[in-house]
Amino acid sequence: MVQIAGVYMWLAGILSGIIGAMGIGGGGVLIIYLTLMAGVDQMTAQGINLLFFIPCAVIALVIHSRKKLIVWRLAFPMILGGLVGVAVGAYSAQLIGPNMLGKIFSAFLIFIGLRQLFARKKDRESIKKSSR
Amino acid sequence: MTGVKIINTQKKRFAYLGSVLVGFINGLLGAGGGMLAVPLLEKAGAQQKQAHATSIALILPLCIFSATLYLINGKVTLSDAVGYLPAGAVGAVIGALLLSRIKDSWLRKIFALFIIWSGVRMWFR
Repeated sequence: MVQIAGVYMWLAGILSGIIGAMGIGGGGVLIIYLTLMAGVDQMTAQGINLLFFIPCAVIALVIHSRKKLIVWRLAFPMILGGLVGVAVGAYSAQLIGPNMLGKIFSAFLIFIGLRQLFARKKDRESIKKSSR
Repeated sequence: MTGVKIINTQKKRFAYLGSVLVGFINGLLGAGGGMLAVPLLEKAGAQQKQAHATSIALILPLCIFSATLYLINGKVTLSDAVGYLPAGAVGAVIGALLLSRIKDSWLRKIFALFIIWSGVRMWFR
């Protein structure tokens, strides 16, 4: 049993590393594993995922920046805005509590998934055009 | 062509404002900021692969800050996470190398189906 659990742990880790490095939200994958399969509390799962993602992001960043895929002039101002948001978000998570947080997390996954699935092709092409 | 420029600046402003929401989601849900950052970056003018790569540059400092707050609040310890790190590192290398090879539309659809399914399961947990 312990061995099987270990295999799942590795699978979840590798899968979320892959998806995370692609910039499509690997965090979701590890939290899904931790809460659905490993029985970890929602807040702790979120904390584990945040810590987990730091080394993954460093590795991915090195590879992506070598390929010159990173648009730093867009990233820098967004980092500043993001840090403000983090402080508010982490504080709100404390107030909300794990059960409600789990529901919000599920709803967020479904919302993002549906949006991705039904994104119109026309929109994507116009984005590509305007970026030239 | 000044009209185009004005629109682009507005889109960038929108992305900068949106980044606060990216951080909020990251702090609140411990994940998912990237999913929001990618469309924002695309709106601000990045191509899809650039947007995916740049989202990581954006999320990394946010994750560090967020994780620090979770540690301070005692919601998680370093030893809780350490077991997952080797697997994550392997995955990160594979994923980063795959990004420049895989087809964009495939990436979206497979992942979309996966998270919808997970979201439904988590809701009814």
